[in-house]
Amino acid sequence: MAGLNSTKLHVAKTIKLYISGAFPRTESGRSFPVYLFNSKKIYAHLCRASRKDLRNAVAAAKSAQAGWCGRSAYNRSQILYRMAEMMEGKRNEFIEIFVQTLGYSSAEANDVVEQAIDALVYYAGFADKFQQLIGAVNPVSGPHHNFTTPEAVGVVALICAEKFDFSRFVGQIAAITCSGNSTVVLLAQDGAAVLAPLAEVFATSDLPGGVINLLSGFAEELAPHLAGHMEIDSICLARNDENMRAAVKEDAVFNLKRIVDNPANELSLAQILQFVEYKTVWHPIGF
Amino acid sequence: MAKVKNSAESVNGDRFKFEYAPAPEAIDMVKIKKENKLFINGKWVSGKSEKFFETINPANGEKLAELTEADAQDVDRAVKAARKAFNGEWSKISGKERGRYLFRIARIIQERSRELAVLETMDNGKPIKESRDFDVPQLAANFFYFAGWADKLEYLFNGKSVQPLGIAGQIIPWNFPLLMAAWKLAPALAAGNCVVLKPAETTSLTALLLTEIIEESGLPAGVVNVITGAGKTGAALVNHPDVDKIAFTGSTEVGKTIARSTVKSKKILTLELGGKSAHIVYEDAAIEQAVEAVVGGIYFNQGHVCCAGSRLLVEESIAPVFVHKLKHRMASLRVGDPLDKNTDIGAINSRSELDKIKKLVAAARNEGYEYFETAATALPEKGYFINPCFFNNVASSANICRREVFGPVLAIQTFRTPAEAIKKANDTAYGLAAGIWSEKGSKIHKTAAGLKAGVIWANTYNKFDPASPFGGYNESGWGREGGRHGLLSYVEVK
Amino acid sequence: MQNGISIQKHDGVHVPILAEPIDEVMLGERALSFTRRSIKKQSKLAAIYKCIEMIDLTTLEGADTIGKVRQLCSKARFPVTAEFSEELSHYKNFKAVPTVAAVCVYPAMVATAKEALAGTKIRVASVATAFPAGQILLETRLRDVRDAVSAGADEIDMVINRGAFLTGDYQTVYDEIVQVKEVCGDTHLKVILETGELATCDNVRLASEIAMQAGADFIKTSTGKVSPAATMPVTLIMLQAILDFYERTGKIIGMKPAGGIRNAKQAIHYLCMVNEVMGPRWLTPELFRFGASSLLNDLLKQVYKQITGRYAYEKSFSLD
Repeated sequence: MAGLNSTKLHVAKTIKLYISGAFPRTESGRSFPVYLFNSKKIYAHLCRASRKDLRNAVAAAKSAQAGWCGRSAYNRSQILYRMAEMMEGKRNEFIEIFVQTLGYSSAEANDVVEQAIDALVYYAGFADKFQQLIGAVNPVSGPHHNFTTPEAVGVVALICAEKFDFSRFVGQIAAITCSGNSTVVLLAQDGAAVLAPLAEVFATSDLPGGVINLLSGFAEELAPHLAGHMEIDSICLARNDENMRAAVKEDAVFNLKRIVDNPANELSLAQILQFVEYKTVWHPIGF
Repeated sequence: MAKVKNSAESVNGDRFKFEYAPAPEAIDMVKIKKENKLFINGKWVSGKSEKFFETINPANGEKLAELTEADAQDVDRAVKAARKAFNGEWSKISGKERGRYLFRIARIIQERSRELAVLETMDNGKPIKESRDFDVPQLAANFFYFAGWADKLEYLFNGKSVQPLGIAGQIIPWNFPLLMAAWKLAPALAAGNCVVLKPAETTSLTALLLTEIIEESGLPAGVVNVITGAGKTGAALVNHPDVDKIAFTGSTEVGKTIARSTVKSKKILTLELGGKSAHIVYEDAAIEQAVEAVVGGIYFNQGHVCCAGSRLLVEESIAPVFVHKLKHRMASLRVGDPLDKNTDIGAINSRSELDKIKKLVAAARNEGYEYFETAATALPEKGYFINPCFFNNVASSANICRREVFGPVLAIQTFRTPAEAIKKANDTAYGLAAGIWSEKGSKIHKTAAGLKAGVIWANTYNKFDPASPFGGYNESGWGREGGRHGLLSYVEVK
Repeated sequence: MQNGISIQKHDGVHVPILAEPIDEVMLGERALSFTRRSIKKQSKLAAIYKCIEMIDLTTLEGADTIGKVRQLCSKARFPVTAEFSEELSHYKNFKAVPTVAAVCVYPAMVATAKEALAGTKIRVASVATAFPAGQILLETRLRDVRDAVSAGADEIDMVINRGAFLTGDYQTVYDEIVQVKEVCGDTHLKVILETGELATCDNVRLASEIAMQAGADFIKTSTGKVSPAATMPVTLIMLQAILDFYERTGKIIGMKPAGGIRNAKQAIHYLCMVNEVMGPRWLTPELFRFGASSLLNDLLKQVYKQITGRYAYEKSFSLD
């Protein structure tokens, strides 16, 4: 429950995982504490997701991906924009968490939320444009029409940076999902309390269940299971831990997952293109 | 449904038999050195360990030449030479000049096309008509295409500048020795990288001839270094700490080994690996042409094609007619001397590949699948040859339906609905290519959208072009080669 | 499922006509593959002789005269002079040059040709049905056929009603062929599709089916008066239609590409195509013909080259 140490005895919110559009507790019954900034006072007990939770999240992401990818780019754009709207509506909730658990000033916290909203709006606007920027009609020699289009790679696991960076990982989620990927996100431990309002943003944005799944837990424990999971097509690894990186890359080889290693912290076309495959279609031209 | 009769039946004995007399391409213009050296820093040099290995002509099993086996020291020399060139002369010259070199190389390729084609056929075993009409023209076309990019890199990625990656270690396969060298070299050089290239150990001779052409073009020393050798040489290149980029085409197995061995490095990888590509034929297809494409899709280059349409998925309603027509068509395929201009299917590249193919065929026959093989000609007595064949009514679970054979072996399955076709086509760990045959446009587009493959040939198959990106989903590899997208594999976007 | 149309026969029975779709580009690739065949030495000589035997030596000009037709018939009978044969006979692979299959003329010239070819096995083919356009009332076209047959034509080359075909009136196309066939009786009927006017591959295939269903003994590409005339791809469509028809019905139909085949190399490419698509069974003048005029002399030049090793010149052979 969040806000256990606030002065009034208000009803605190239980922070759970976000899998397949639902809010389950971890099946393991385990938790880890998040403290009020610079104190030993508990802010909340967060779910410490297990490999079974991870498995469920991947299964949810897998089953949601085709449908999400099959939506029109315009529709995905609308839904990402809706996320920005919902985040705007929860601005104060986010700020409160950042101030209380991470020690941000209100102004800093406000900026971070602003940047995250910017990221959602930015990629909302990109969902139906990147195809035109990177797609191509290729001038092949001979009577064939030949075109290349970018297509979602599939299920992407996002392992967030050790140091919590809200706007960065929201931007990454948006960059990943705007093209039609689904994702399983392993949040950084220290800011994981944000899972609650963030999941609510996703849950109330007409986003189909399973497209974005949020897990709190320990990367050291879960990263190997993500890396080895054969249903995952791509891993976005934002952590700097060299050993974990090598281990994840090694296990990823079993099904040749695409590895997006330490992606730049920027809003850009390049960020989207790290999570697409190029499909080239040939067709003859004749009577 | 049409009633099927055997059209080959005979009415009378006194019939004109149109035999094609042998029409071998002359080999006199090809000069093969007995011993071949390494090309490092603009010079032909001996290997440090002075070890050699043989390369043979698979059409007769005879030795063609000896090649130097480069060891780790040779690899190091080559990488150092590349680094020196990259930090020095090569980085100082303009994109325009880089392009000029590539244009020159393209032109010399065209001028020496006969020599290249004949040697390619001798070293690889592919039919001369393919090396002459496909491999070598495509080789030149790739250099022409990427030459033009060299001074236009500012247009490569929207709103960003790009820079070369540095030293590219390039390991190429034996199925299209020249063409794969072009796919690797041309974009790497256009983008301003320096290269250490390792051709496949059974097919290095044309890469060395191409190296001579590159030398003739006056390309600065160290920009392209060519080392010969087998897996050990390749591993030394992959593991060299000063290599920035690895581009590999070959088996998924070796691709994975390379990927594993580079996990601790910052090396950027592109991998063009195996496939088990599905060729879907709907009942509304242009059936004669679909048969033609299926035949070309699997028997082109003896089936040594990563994107070979090795699984035929034919709609159940037309399956008997289709298979009948396929058999009829296969009966006109001419297997034999690769240098004969009328040969359609040449030699399997090596004894070990032939053994592997035969083993997989034998295993599938043991599993009881309906087997068919034919050809218009008798198999030559010497050399490594096999008749084109297929297995009919194969289960999805069969090994022959899942494992890449890399030979002229087709597995045939049926389907009932488009959704089932797509599902079966995607039922593979690979994702390189797929074919679709239908005369209905909307069906083609919906099928293409559902297929998890990097190259979709709709109403055609096995088409390649320097401007067209090539590469696979899933375990068929990482990245693209060809076109603007392929060039992006050789630059860093700033 | 098969696409198709239905035609009503005389007796009221409906026959389905298959409309197999054709992909032009892949068709073209297959057709091109036969031009990559390299036919050398004894294979080449045998192929050239076979091509000569398959020629319908043709003159279809407004300027045709009795003199011109007699000249052509003479060429058909004696493609080379006795002196030429004598010269070649000293070479070891010499074989007597065969005569062509037929002479093809307008109906008004049938009697002349018949007389000039009397006593030979060379057949007289006559274009009829208001060749080449066919844009004349059916009665007149049937009369045209009747006249040619009664003048002694062994073979009739009719044109289909392209106007009806292109408006989708396939029944009329079919009915007219049936009626021509009735008039022909035992006289061989070649049905000219005029593929250059049908414009699409699918149309060529469909027209082939209609013609074969209606009783054609041969199907033929072109009149030679419309461009493009015979091409390898178009011939390939028709050959495949013939093969399919044979496999469905057991009936063997012949094929005649006409117009545009001018040299031995082209003719040998066609021969490779027939050989590989149809099998050797169709490699006979009974089932395959070239409608051509200048082809014969080029074939003869190649005979000279193959036998003597020297290149022939124009003057080696009479013009016609």
